Amino acid sequence: MESNGNLQKDSHRVVITGIGLTAPNGNGLADFRAALLAGKSGVSPYEIRYFGKTLAGICDFDATRYQTRKDIRRGTRAGSIAIYSANEAIADCRVDFASLAKDRVGVYIGVTEHGNVETENEIYQISQYDYDCSIWSHFHNPRTVVNSPAGEVTINLGITGPHYCLGAACAAGNTALIQGVQQLRLGEVDFVLAGGVSESIHTFGIFAAFNAEGALAKNDRPEAASRPFDLARNGIVISEGGAVYTLERLSDAVARGAKIYGEIVGYAMNSDASDFVLPNATRQAECMEKALANARLRPSDVDIVNTHATATVLGDIQEIEAIRKVFASSDKTYINNTKSFIGHAMGAAGALELAGNLPSFTDGVIHPTINVDELDPKCAIDRLVLNRPLAGQDVRVILNNSFGMVGINAVVIVAKYEK
Amino acid sequence: MERLEIREAIIDILESINPDEEYDDLKDDVSFRQQLSMDSMDMLDIVLELRKRFKIQIPESDYPKLDSMNSTLDYLAPLLADK
Repeated sequence: MESNGNLQKDSHRVVITGIGLTAPNGNGLADFRAALLAGKSGVSPYEIRYFGKTLAGICDFDATRYQTRKDIRRGTRAGSIAIYSANEAIADCRVDFASLAKDRVGVYIGVTEHGNVETENEIYQISQYDYDCSIWSHFHNPRTVVNSPAGEVTINLGITGPHYCLGAACAAGNTALIQGVQQLRLGEVDFVLAGGVSESIHTFGIFAAFNAEGALAKNDRPEAASRPFDLARNGIVISEGGAVYTLERLSDAVARGAKIYGEIVGYAMNSDASDFVLPNATRQAECMEKALANARLRPSDVDIVNTHATATVLGDIQEIEAIRKVFASSDKTYINNTKSFIGHAMGAAGALELAGNLPSFTDGVIHPTINVDELDPKCAIDRLVLNRPLAGQDVRVILNNSFGMVGINAVVIVAKYEK
Repeated sequence: MERLEIREAIIDILESINPDEEYDDLKDDVSFRQQLSMDSMDMLDIVLELRKRFKIQIPESDYPKLDSMNSTLDYLAPLLADK
């Protein structure tokens, strides 16, 4: 294995030193990982106005740990998720945050969409008052500017460096991680909070739209509803959640004796340029190949491909087709899927799913894809880890796929860090 | 509405806007902003809530009259007399 990172000087190598997250099946990496190894789903019955009863991945974290109730009320759910995750990541990485130059801290948060929840809330409010626009909240603007979730983090933590959200559909979590790596390498900042968040379950529109596409999961057993690669899959379970990472240059992390979860050794982004909704296996394969080239890795160097697969009929087949093409020469790469546990956390998906796999570097276990009762032959691929964890593996490289609507693909490759 | 009823409604509004504060010891003759953690956005929220609950439109030029509980009650009592 010869990684791009290892060819670079330590100040250009970027490592993950802290992780904060809330997932529908656990808060914090330890609980989340335990849930993934125990086969614990985070999908629950859910009801939202106008749309009615459905299923969703719902997070249960204590927002008041880091926010006043007034700040929670003023801000957004996405902001609360970002603030919680960012604070947990900072605590986890054990940096002396008070002593950091706050103007050299960057906050990059991926979102699939932002503002739908807040706009729907306001329209519902005025609908209760005969559509009197004079009761429209003055907070609507600060809540709906697209930088809002990242901006809330800076207000909460007193960070004066750059912040913004990256709108990249369901590839947003990975996109934000890539942005963080790039900004550290450019020397624009010295410490990064990067990841993805989703408040999507609070907008009825996303449920109605996926339903209209015939792509919203339905199942009498909520825990069985998210079932990528299974023959009986029938669509997406929409989830909320978030994962934020602290990223540092390797030289800085080593100098302060930081715990290192892994090194981001490669990445790639590209565009399908083909359809608003339908994925494109050729472009997905190209994106994985570009990321491998960027990391100077061969397909056989990759131990885990964490798939994006969302349990739509076509999307799962397309991704497996892309993986077959890229990894045909590898006889050691395992394939898994995290959405089978937590549903599709949209802007948080890539960041959460990567987090769920990073412990494989130390525990040697690959979490499975659950809910595969009958594998769709069109999704069959060697070394797909089904239903039970696979232990005893020497995991050194994880490739994380994230693909989004209007044809946006983002692949991140993380390698185990060894001195 | 009686003055006492209006006061209760204002306390309810304040609690909804700023739930981290205690209101049992609120001094009616002291500015809200001097004794509570409040800013201009909170004042806009008070105006918005009054609009929602009592259908009264408060012109911006009258916002300073919502300074303390007493001044607010003095201002609202005639407006809410027949509500």
